[in-house]
Amino acid sequence: MQRHLISAADLTRDDAVLILDTAEEMARVADRPIKKLPTLRGRTIVNLFFEDSTRTRISFEAAEKRLSADVINFSAKGSSVSKGESLKDTAQTLEAMGVDAVVIRHGASGAPYRLANSGWIDAAVVNAGDGTHQHPTQALLDAFTMRRRLIGPDAGIGQDLEGKRITIVGDVLHSRVARSNVDLLHTLGAEVTLVAPPTLMPVGIESWPCEVSYDLDSTLPKSDAVMMLRVQRERMNAAFFPTEREYSRRYGLDGDRMARMPEHAVVMHPGPMVRGMEITAEVADSDRCTVVEQVANGVSIRMAVLYLLLGGNEPAVTQTRTEEK
Amino acid sequence: MSKILIRGAKVLGGEPQDVLIDGGTIAEVGAGLSAEGAEVVEAEGKVLLPGLVDLHTHLREPGREDSETVLTGTRAAASGGYTTVFAMANTFPVADTAGVVEQVWRLGKEHGYCDVQPIGAVTVGLEGRKLAELGAMHESAAGVTVFSDDGKCVHDAVIMRRALEYVKAFGGVVAQHAQEPRLTEGAEMNEGVVSAQLGLGGWPAVAEESIIARDVLLADHVGSRVHICHLSTAGSVEIVRWAKSRGIAVTAEVTPHHLLLTDELVRTYNPVFKVNPPLRTERDVMALREALADGTIDIVATDHAPHPHEDKDCEWAAAAMGMVGLETALSVVQETMVDTGLLDWAGVADRMSFKPAQIGQAKGHGRPVSAGEPANLTLVDTAYRGPVDPAGFASRSRNTPYEGRELPGRVTHTWLRGKATLVDGKLT
Repeated sequence: MQRHLISAADLTRDDAVLILDTAEEMARVADRPIKKLPTLRGRTIVNLFFEDSTRTRISFEAAEKRLSADVINFSAKGSSVSKGESLKDTAQTLEAMGVDAVVIRHGASGAPYRLANSGWIDAAVVNAGDGTHQHPTQALLDAFTMRRRLIGPDAGIGQDLEGKRITIVGDVLHSRVARSNVDLLHTLGAEVTLVAPPTLMPVGIESWPCEVSYDLDSTLPKSDAVMMLRVQRERMNAAFFPTEREYSRRYGLDGDRMARMPEHAVVMHPGPMVRGMEITAEVADSDRCTVVEQVANGVSIRMAVLYLLLGGNEPAVTQTRTEEK
Repeated sequence: MSKILIRGAKVLGGEPQDVLIDGGTIAEVGAGLSAEGAEVVEAEGKVLLPGLVDLHTHLREPGREDSETVLTGTRAAASGGYTTVFAMANTFPVADTAGVVEQVWRLGKEHGYCDVQPIGAVTVGLEGRKLAELGAMHESAAGVTVFSDDGKCVHDAVIMRRALEYVKAFGGVVAQHAQEPRLTEGAEMNEGVVSAQLGLGGWPAVAEESIIARDVLLADHVGSRVHICHLSTAGSVEIVRWAKSRGIAVTAEVTPHHLLLTDELVRTYNPVFKVNPPLRTERDVMALREALADGTIDIVATDHAPHPHEDKDCEWAAAAMGMVGLETALSVVQETMVDTGLLDWAGVADRMSFKPAQIGQAKGHGRPVSAGEPANLTLVDTAYRGPVDPAGFASRSRNTPYEGRELPGRVTHTWLRGKATLVDGKLT
């Protein structure tokens, strides 16, 4: 493992499988009455959020607390950042307080990369979503969810997603989730198809390791998992599509379309969902939809990432079993 | 003023000759000239060029003296071998009145490191809505002949047409920053393979090309000449080539950085590579070099754009656009054009001195190196090769994309009307 987690593209197949396997161990901790491990006791992690994202922040916070780390939450709103302080000064201020890792969410693509590579700070940097660039822990939790559902929690250990057919539908252009998933799923051997209206695909997408389709219906029967991305209603004001209803008719997932998927196939969504836009309530609430599971898996994945970046070589879980006795 | 004998210099890269400067003028050019009463500059192996002329410099004064002043900018110019710079109008206040252009012009005159020829804004406040008093700026002491809203595009087709027509009355030229604004909302880098991966807002080539296409057609229609700033794409080259073949009066410039660097560098998210127009692809770079060699692109202009450290030591989205260029321009041109065999030194003199002086009507600049001409000269040690060290820059700003990069060529001497502004690489 490297010192930072900036992009899903930086992970090798073995790195990624190690994270998924470690997350599987972490998930078992969640089933215990006492959900806490001492692994990161005495280490300080700051959640540096320049963008509002309650879900992701809470997920990281839960993961950090389960690993016994000291957690500092920093929200840019109402802080010195809103008074014009730079990213560099904010990060250096926090590091001066003795921070071991920075989990950063930022509206600017590349901000975590800059933080990790500009010599501003020494702490480990975990990207919790940057602009329209990357959201690597989201991709990891999605892959983890797929592996559990399509292979199985135990049978999946040590396995990648070789040959699994994953369809990602929606606003690819503005989506860091799509970029991260394409990179990671490709590394794990899956076959990815992106589906969106041409206006919501970036120019240059032809270089990505995936297929591109404008037709959802023909893709569904060949999918083991279908991931729906959130589509913001405001996009229609910039002429990305004519109306919300037309988008929904052509690219939304409803009961009829779900019925065309193979029986074992699952529906995924990184949340927050826009019900009635990209997904109907019927689909969102069905057993095949993994949205709630993805949230739970997010905590396990973030525990695994922080443990592997900060925890050193000590085994994470076995060590605690002794302590529990 | 005393006499100076430049001994054994390859004039425009040709056979070694002696050049005698007397006062502000070149007195004699020939072999074995007498050194009597003259200070001798040994120039064996070095190339002597006419003083360089930059049609596109941001001196930042008035308004952003934290990044550059007329003094520091002209010192940087002298250091890079320039004897004239055209100062862009996007200052604070904007150079859209006779008062502001005269102020900049006077500061240049007082400091004396190189001639400063202010460029006037085309529209009031660079807002693209109302013509600035172009005639008043022309008639001012600064004698403005080049007008540009650089940094912003004169995007309204009617305003552009009127500007092109209006300046004909006094032989002016409009220099267009070609950027269709709607197509570049939120643009942060070249739109293509790299931007798709990095998740940065795309600046498509078509946003430049569509404006150039429109403006050459407008220039043709109203019988005016138009100059295209910092042309950056292979498609723009094709359009200008077509326009010239039709006899349309268009001239174009390319920056040194667009001749050397590509958008692959943006993968570092280091804002020192953030510039407008953005770094393009390898294919564009090759097309630009070829176009500069065959004359489709007339000149090299630096688009020297100083920014304070804090405006680059940050995340990409927050960073300012632009690079300093005066002190590295000739080296980059040697690297990309001369050492590749695309252009000889006479060609460099043409693209970096004769032609830009012609386009901007810089009197006494861009003249041949021969007897009776003003002694505006640049001596270059072309055998030198070494890493770029921004700490040694005369510019107040350090935002160079070449830090640590090995480049050939070093300007050792610059003379402005016979007065040395740079001697042995040191400013006087």
